[in-house]
Amino acid sequence: MSFFLETLITGLFAGLMYALVAIGFVLIYKASGVFNFAQGAMVFLAALAFVTLVEHGFPFWIAFLATAALMVVVAILVEALVLRPLRNRDSLTLFMATLGLSFVIDGTAQFFLGTDVHMLDLGIDDIAEDYAGILISHFDIVASLIVVTLVAVLAIVFSKTRMGVSLRAVADDTLAAQSIGIRLPVIWRIVWSVAGLVALVAGLLWGARQGVQFSLSLITLKALPVLIIGGFSSIPGAIAGGLIVGASEALADIYLGPLVNGSVSTWFAYILAVAFLLIRPAGLFGDRDIERV
Amino acid sequence: MSDLLQLRDVSLSFKGVKAVNALSFSVATGEICALIGPNGAGKSSLLNVINGVYRADTGDIVFNGARFGAIHPQKAALLGIGRTFQHNALFHRLTVRENVLAGLSRRGTATFLENIFRFGRDGAERRRFIDRADEIIAFLHLDRHAETVVSKLSYGMQKRVDLARALAAAPKLLLLDEPMAGMNQEEKQEMSRVIAEVNRSFGTTIVLIEHDVGIVLNLASHVVVLDYGRKVADGTPDEVRNNPDVIAAYLGTVH
Amino acid sequence: MPSGLLSRLDAPLLPIVAGLLVTFAVIPAMADDYWLSSIIIPTLVMGLAGIGLNLLQGYAGLVSLGSAAFMLIGAFSAYNLILRVPGLPLPLVLLISGLIAAAAGVVFGLPSLRIRGFYLGASTLGAQFFFEWLFSNFTWFSNDSQSLTISAPRLEILGYSLQSPLGRYFLAASVTVLLIGLAFLIVRSRLGREWMAIRDMETAASVLGIRVARRKLQAYAISSFFLGVTGVLWAFAYLGTSDAHTFNLDKSFQVLFIVLIGGVATIFGNFLGAAFIVLTPILLDRVVLAADLSFLGDQGALTNLQRIIFGAIIILLLIKEPDGLSALLRRARQAVRNRYAG
Repeated sequence: MSFFLETLITGLFAGLMYALVAIGFVLIYKASGVFNFAQGAMVFLAALAFVTLVEHGFPFWIAFLATAALMVVVAILVEALVLRPLRNRDSLTLFMATLGLSFVIDGTAQFFLGTDVHMLDLGIDDIAEDYAGILISHFDIVASLIVVTLVAVLAIVFSKTRMGVSLRAVADDTLAAQSIGIRLPVIWRIVWSVAGLVALVAGLLWGARQGVQFSLSLITLKALPVLIIGGFSSIPGAIAGGLIVGASEALADIYLGPLVNGSVSTWFAYILAVAFLLIRPAGLFGDRDIERV
Repeated sequence: MSDLLQLRDVSLSFKGVKAVNALSFSVATGEICALIGPNGAGKSSLLNVINGVYRADTGDIVFNGARFGAIHPQKAALLGIGRTFQHNALFHRLTVRENVLAGLSRRGTATFLENIFRFGRDGAERRRFIDRADEIIAFLHLDRHAETVVSKLSYGMQKRVDLARALAAAPKLLLLDEPMAGMNQEEKQEMSRVIAEVNRSFGTTIVLIEHDVGIVLNLASHVVVLDYGRKVADGTPDEVRNNPDVIAAYLGTVH
Repeated sequence: MPSGLLSRLDAPLLPIVAGLLVTFAVIPAMADDYWLSSIIIPTLVMGLAGIGLNLLQGYAGLVSLGSAAFMLIGAFSAYNLILRVPGLPLPLVLLISGLIAAAAGVVFGLPSLRIRGFYLGASTLGAQFFFEWLFSNFTWFSNDSQSLTISAPRLEILGYSLQSPLGRYFLAASVTVLLIGLAFLIVRSRLGREWMAIRDMETAASVLGIRVARRKLQAYAISSFFLGVTGVLWAFAYLGTSDAHTFNLDKSFQVLFIVLIGGVATIFGNFLGAAFIVLTPILLDRVVLAADLSFLGDQGALTNLQRIIFGAIIILLLIKEPDGLSALLRRARQAVRNRYAG
């Protein structure tokens, strides 16, 4: 039983990390309707830039702020060079553009910063401790506290500030929002910056776990089933989706894996997501689009 | 005259708001029946219930002797219910002829392999389709535009293509959702003539939604007035014109 | 009589004859082994893959992010058919492999009956990861080889060996010509027209009595058939040796790029897109060599430079040429015609 619980809890922690990447997607999707495949590349870029600065002797906070500034620059460039020229184009074209963008971002990151794998030490021990008979890693607990804090901050920012209200107006009705003077390019820049900061946090936590390397950019692929289960436009949905995917994936790997000859983690989340789609096409918290005629 | 279509106590609601409220009326075979009423009166929703795009919460529909509560749109088409749309719902990247040919789909009998490899029933079907499409295109004076991609046509022309597409499969009942919306008076008169001509030449029973009361009272032989999902009046144009409730609820106000 | 047949299919005789001459006489006479093996064969095969996806996405309006999964199914089916059914002639192997891929396509297309648009990407991505896992985890499919690879069998038709680059070219070109013909037959049939109707306005299509569900599944089946046959060619006529990861997500995205770059809802455009995908890395390599950019660093840095340029070109093309390269070509042809006409 405790083994089951440990697996479940480990899975839930992993799921929280998936959720963190998925939140970056949701922000951008809500504000600009773009399914941003480059979110993973942004995670990788942020982690690689940060670790390079730290390795060159910069203190943690300087490195963090410098990387945050870099992510803002990326957001401004993306808005000017990709989003604005592709305004009013269909979602598949925008998706393909972010695929191209992911090549540019991770190519640039590796071109300038190298292709080596870097270890990243955030000063948090990754040692399992015994909590009431269940082994839980200290790192997992700290990481999930960070994620919870970040989500709380985002929730406050988006519900209380002027910018948050503007963002929700854009998400609800882009045309109406523009007509009351909200400037879309500004919203896009801000939202991509915030998504960049979320990517930075995700990059640090993931990077500390598995090393800063190219495979970080592939966590995008974990975020898609999370979003399908939670709904593309809901932050609570992204969290719930992340937890569901993380937990069921961990359990499936342990209990289903041996029956079918190895790890099922590459595809299990997708099959789960498709099953969800068939039962609840809009995801847990999403809205259903009705085609009006 | 027998009834082609009967609605019995049909109700429909969206998120708790009643769009159609316990509505009953009949449409006689061969007549032109107009549904009028202010915006939000539930007219479009009603058409959507009749041909299965929406599912009624309660009530029955009897069409041509067949009784159903809910029906799949494809099934409705197979029974002979045709339909045009309020907002442009044409196949916008196809030509006028291709749109009309697509309207003939339910008349197809060949399997997809016959269609692809052009054997068996495909040849006869192809000829039948082209002949019928050209007949309808000529009937609606669209010949000049047959090879034009519909998104390049004017709004009025697109409305006409929508009608051609719905007519192609020779429906028994034709539902027209605001066929004259956005047209000037002259275009409305022209469309009105076309609709009357369809009714006369093909014997098609027509249910249409239109805001221009002047046009409607001249075109239709039967008028049903709706307000907030309820029936306010039901009768000949003259009866409706003189109904005090209608004058109060609808005709008295300027639109 | 062939010309009678062609006129019945409303196909233009002259361009077809010219195209066949170029394919089966001019190219074989002119191209050397390098051009055949490294450029022409992969362009043909990837162009075919583009047609496969374009039928689904460009004509029927259904999204797929997992095209390579169906290529993978085709390749492994063919390998096992040849291995386990001795004496099965190559054309039949291609046909059956395509049909197996088509069956898988129908299964993974089932969600399209409930869900629309981008969400469909999930189902096809699921196919991508599932089949990559299936064929690398169960060694039976690769005849228990240690390396999990499958190698091309001796390719022959009616006793003629197709092992040389020229032989493999003839195989790829013949299949390409047949499938292009098939693609044209499909898009010009009632099926093709109803796909486009569903793509443009699904509700209206349904209201007109088009059997939407059946047509969607047929789209998945036919698209996957094309991709399955393409996978066999990629594994046997181009690579020779491959494994499950040959047909990974990158390959799926390449097919998607081919469709978008070549032109949505076109047939020949896919070959322009494929040529772009095949030639760009080769040209970038040449540029790097010619400009002696080796001071920039190791091979890793150059690979990344290519990645950046490739990504940037894709974004640029999407911005500047919404209708793909085939629209560019159409405009060029029009310009030439106007010049000589005027």
